[in-house]
Amino acid sequence: MIHSLFLVNSSGDIFLEKHWKSVVSRSVCDYFFEAQERATEPENVPPVIPTPHHYLISVLRHRIYFVAVIQSEVPPLFVIEFLHRVVDTFQDYFGVCTEAAIKDNVVVVYELLEEMLDNGFPLATESNILKELIKPPTILRTMVNTITGSTNVGEQLPTGQLSVVPWRRTGVKYTNNEAYFDVVEEIDVIIDKSGSTITAEIQGVIDACVKLTGMPDLTLSFMNPRLLDDVSFHPCVRFKRWEAERILSFIPPDGNFRLLSYHVSSQNGYPVGYRSLVAIPVYVKHNITFREGSSQGRFDLTLGPKQTMGKGVEAVLVSSQLPRGVLNANLSASQGTYTFDPVTKMLTWDVGKINPQKLPSLKGSMSLQAGASKPDENPSINIQFKIQQMAISGLKVNRLDMYGEKYKPFKGIKYMTKAGKFQVRT
Amino acid sequence: MSASSAFSDEKGGSSSVGEPEYGHDPASGGIFSSDYKRHDDLKEMLDSNKDSLKLEAMKRIVAMIARGKNTSDLFPAVVKNVACKNIEDPNQLIRASALRVLSSIRVTIIVPIMMLAIKEAASDMSPYVRKTAAHAIPKLYSLDPEQKDQLIEVIEKLLADKTTLVAGSVVMAFEEVCPERIDLIHKNYRKLCNLLVDVEEWGQVVIINMLTRYARTQFLNPNLNECLLEEGGESTFYGSDADQDEDEDEDKKDEALSKRKPYVMDPDHRLLLRNTKPLLQSRNAAVVMAVAQLYFHLAPKAEVGVIAKALVRLLRSHSEVQYVVLQNVATMTIKRRGMFEPYLKSFYIRSTDPTQIKVLKLEVLTNLASETNISTILREFQTYIKSMDKDFVAATIQAIGRCATHIGEVRDTCLNGLVQLLSNRDELVVAESVVVIKKLLQMQPEKHSDIIKHMAKLTDNIQVPMARASILWLIGEYCEHVPKIAPDVLRKMAKTFTNEEDIVKLQIINLAAKLYLTNSKQTKLLTQYVLNLAKYDQNYDIRDRARFIRQLIVPTDKCGALSKYAKKLILALKPAPILESPFKDRDHFQLGSLSHLLNTKAGGYQELPDWPQDAPDPSVRNVEVPEWTKCSSREKRKEKKVEKPFYSDSEGESGPTESADSGNSTFYSDSASSSASGSEQSGSGSEESEESEERSDSDEEEEEEEEEAKKRKTQKKEPIEATISPSGSLKSYELLHRITGEGLWVEYCFSRQPFLPDPHMVAVQIQFTNSAATEAKSLRLEEAKLQSGMRVKEFPEIEVLPAGESATVVMGVDFCDSTQAANLQLCTHSRKFFVSIQPPVGELMTPSFMTENEFKKEQGQLMGMNEITEKMQLPERCQNEHAIVQRVIAAANLSRVPCGSDKEFAGRTVTSGSLVLVTVATKESGPSQLTINCEKMVIGTMLVKDILLALTQ
Repeated sequence: MIHSLFLVNSSGDIFLEKHWKSVVSRSVCDYFFEAQERATEPENVPPVIPTPHHYLISVLRHRIYFVAVIQSEVPPLFVIEFLHRVVDTFQDYFGVCTEAAIKDNVVVVYELLEEMLDNGFPLATESNILKELIKPPTILRTMVNTITGSTNVGEQLPTGQLSVVPWRRTGVKYTNNEAYFDVVEEIDVIIDKSGSTITAEIQGVIDACVKLTGMPDLTLSFMNPRLLDDVSFHPCVRFKRWEAERILSFIPPDGNFRLLSYHVSSQNGYPVGYRSLVAIPVYVKHNITFREGSSQGRFDLTLGPKQTMGKGVEAVLVSSQLPRGVLNANLSASQGTYTFDPVTKMLTWDVGKINPQKLPSLKGSMSLQAGASKPDENPSINIQFKIQQMAISGLKVNRLDMYGEKYKPFKGIKYMTKAGKFQVRT
Repeated sequence: MSASSAFSDEKGGSSSVGEPEYGHDPASGGIFSSDYKRHDDLKEMLDSNKDSLKLEAMKRIVAMIARGKNTSDLFPAVVKNVACKNIEDPNQLIRASALRVLSSIRVTIIVPIMMLAIKEAASDMSPYVRKTAAHAIPKLYSLDPEQKDQLIEVIEKLLADKTTLVAGSVVMAFEEVCPERIDLIHKNYRKLCNLLVDVEEWGQVVIINMLTRYARTQFLNPNLNECLLEEGGESTFYGSDADQDEDEDEDKKDEALSKRKPYVMDPDHRLLLRNTKPLLQSRNAAVVMAVAQLYFHLAPKAEVGVIAKALVRLLRSHSEVQYVVLQNVATMTIKRRGMFEPYLKSFYIRSTDPTQIKVLKLEVLTNLASETNISTILREFQTYIKSMDKDFVAATIQAIGRCATHIGEVRDTCLNGLVQLLSNRDELVVAESVVVIKKLLQMQPEKHSDIIKHMAKLTDNIQVPMARASILWLIGEYCEHVPKIAPDVLRKMAKTFTNEEDIVKLQIINLAAKLYLTNSKQTKLLTQYVLNLAKYDQNYDIRDRARFIRQLIVPTDKCGALSKYAKKLILALKPAPILESPFKDRDHFQLGSLSHLLNTKAGGYQELPDWPQDAPDPSVRNVEVPEWTKCSSREKRKEKKVEKPFYSDSEGESGPTESADSGNSTFYSDSASSSASGSEQSGSGSEESEESEERSDSDEEEEEEEEEAKKRKTQKKEPIEATISPSGSLKSYELLHRITGEGLWVEYCFSRQPFLPDPHMVAVQIQFTNSAATEAKSLRLEEAKLQSGMRVKEFPEIEVLPAGESATVVMGVDFCDSTQAANLQLCTHSRKFFVSIQPPVGELMTPSFMTENEFKKEQGQLMGMNEITEKMQLPERCQNEHAIVQRVIAAANLSRVPCGSDKEFAGRTVTSGSLVLVTVATKESGPSQLTINCEKMVIGTMLVKDILLALTQ
């Protein structure tokens, strides 16, 4: 399956390699570099590149390419999914996944890679099992290791691998027992020039942080479970129970994990009489024009809240890729600050919080190249925002119960809506 | 390099179990270092039972290594002591890691130890150790492929394991070592299906992919007669006259077949579909994709739709995941458009998508375009054309062109839109539009002469060579529609000819030629001017083209016949190009595979087999004691029925229940089964009566067939026996493997009998064995690709070969005295197999009787180039005369010259009758000598090799 792994940074240096079978020469990455050169943007490097003797499958995360070398037929998604899992694990261990973090923890990185794959086939990818085998680095442990020369390899035998619930370690103990759930929804929208919604979808997740003693068995029920029609679960969720009763029943992993993710769309794939529209929490009024013959363009943008159930829209950030002909933008913002990068032609406006009484606006003129004809295209506007204490789909958790243990845990639910790929065409 | 040092560092960590023993008190090694013993002693010490002896041996070895002595031959013994100790540890985790360390040592010398360890671990109490054993199998296999047979035994054993921990790993090993041994899966099939949900996610992917292949060999195509299935839910199986099938072009034969025998899904097939469906909800994209491809390849059409939602959900994932999923969706949308139509808008493109994702989404949108949604799609495309990403704009224009060719109603709309793009400021956009417009105009040129005129004007501005070439071609091709403009364009082009790109130059020549033929009065001089320019061009393609065109169109006295047809040649009606998706027909690769993504076969790709015509015996999957616990009443019912092997393919779940499952879109098997059981009771009456009817029908048929077969057998008995060679021990070769032949097993041997119908042919005796559950009909051979000169005399067709029987026939092949294989087609009533018969050189001759004198005389005439001599050392057991004679005659079809002083053999080649003389001269001491005299040197050299091999081994 996976033969070798190369880590390539943004300047094209291989800064780490790992081989699970025989050693494959680094020169195999030349094919990757060639493809990288051909691609105009970093994200346009094809994920699968055939070479005469190998196949290269790569993912790009945090400006690092993870290039896996494959020798024979294997489902590409298998490798891609695994590589993403590797990145997630690094992030879990080191907090960030950067070249510096990987280089600082190179021993742990190799230990992890060795445990995650055996002869190229995934062995232990579950975070709990890995943490039992290899302790995540802490400042104290790093210091002790430097002085005593010991490693992060766990002292105890990793019994988690044998358990029927491989995602949970045994003998967990906490003084404060707590279970927190975050319902986070991202809304993906395309709005066309006239302001009508072309597509709107909600991508939701429930992330959990569960620190409970022993082997608790949790059930989570919803007020409106019918919303969750397109879901994917963490392996701990009992699927049969969900099918029959629409209740999430599970023995939780220890610590942070993603319980489920779901997808709500406004499309006609839905049963009749069912909520068919996704509410759009903000609206945009825009007027961006270029006149023929003139070297000036007008830019006028106003944002306003809509269907937010009284909750405030925060952390609003507007960005737009202006046409190549634009030399500079001379705008004034009613609130927040804007920047225009004349090289990349990227306009960003950090709005902050939207005040419904005084709507934020950005107005002014753009100067164009003298003599050049007016740009064909109008820029599209990307918006980011956050709304606390609201799930835009209307999903509500009914109750959380715990069985199997005697103590009373602290429970908490938090809702949040964020803009995903929120795009307005002008 | 820090990375490599860390690598070794970490290696040390993983093998740390062994480290302390090696490094045990190295100082003491110094005492023994002077004590010099041979390795055998050390080996003995290591093998002994006493720990103290072992320890001492270890110390000495360490000392030797320290002094730089080569102790590599002691390696296995050391490994055995170090690792094997841990392999017997009471703690399962230590046993497992010990095996993992041992199996990771890539040194051939420890293969036997590894094999032993794997075998032991495979029957370990702990499933975790057994899992590790499964992981070790591919490692050993890559180290030494010779161990395959033994490893298959281990795999077979582990496949029977009932724990989820082992299942994924052993199937992985199965796929690496012996993916062709589908027969090993039978007994474990149901268990694998039932365990699947609880297997770890990576294992799930491997198992699902393997089961997809398995199902394709064992079950019937559920979509072959789906119209019947749909109607079956409402009333009966029979009497479905109206064929409502819209987009499936089934041929008449299949229809007829299906009417006779209604399709009922094998319960095992259903089991697989039902048990994989929940995995569409997996968080792992690879698992979702695996299930999606399984449904695409195996599920009835009505049920495939469920995967669309899951695949669309994956589009929110990382861009690499999107890339792979979109590629697969693109292939799916060509076959099953309806499935993704509700999700059209999920494929809309955002300006922030990477270009490669944009292009793929565009491909999907184009595939999804239909009369009903085309206006929405075109409106969307309009926004894309304004994008700043020019590569993407070009792709959009192509997509518009494809929509226009497929959907007639919008052709004019698209064309108008594209013509508007001609005034776009970006040259690339204009150029791409020109190329697409050219293709569209070719479909109906007469209606669009104004567009052609418009395009003619563009030649002044457009510089992109491909676009210029396209315009020129259009004007030339349809010059009759623009009679005034065309000559003027040629005039302008003649002026700039020397500065044009090569493709443009070629089109200018074409334009000139076409105008010359239609309007020679105005363009004669221009054409000659252009041809003269082309004559001295630097590119020889252009010079060639000019020369060719001149000869063709300008009549001279020398060239004759062709120029009469010049008009027909150059102005022939050209068919309009078909704009096709690059994803068309990609589904012959298993979806989700690397090969599918690259559209070429990747190494190690296992072909997705075609559905069988008749289902193989389903009883092979029966297990004596059903192991799985979740045996619902429904499954019990299935079990009971499956036990009657002959009829089970027409039984199992009945049609009505089936359609209850698929018809109403309940997604969850619980509710589905409850509804199914409801309709089961109501439908049971009719079902049974049908069954009994069928049974009596087929009973009769079968009896008749059996009798017939018996008759045939008795008739055939004698001639067959006569052909069997008296020599008895003939070497037989496999012609068709039992697995590829789906139960039909064919072997052949060279009977060494003269082939009576034609003496210039070699007699080949073929034995058919039918090990399938159903009878094989009309077995015959057809010539496929024979080498020139080769001839074949087929055997008479075997009409019926009942299950479990075998038959032998003889055919003749004229190999033309060469060892080239005869490639044939073996046909049954339903399938064709390509097979080849490869003759060893020794079978290309017949014995020839001659006296010693004659032999010597002939030999004297075949000297020099025709004589080949080889010295050899005969092994002891074939030094006596008898052994030599036996071996030579086994290797080649020759006869011994009686009473010869040496061992002499003679024969003639079958086709040409050239003499083949073989002499084996043995001496009391020293090497023996093999001499071959033969006119045909190729045969001689090959025969020397074969006989040498036969004598020395």
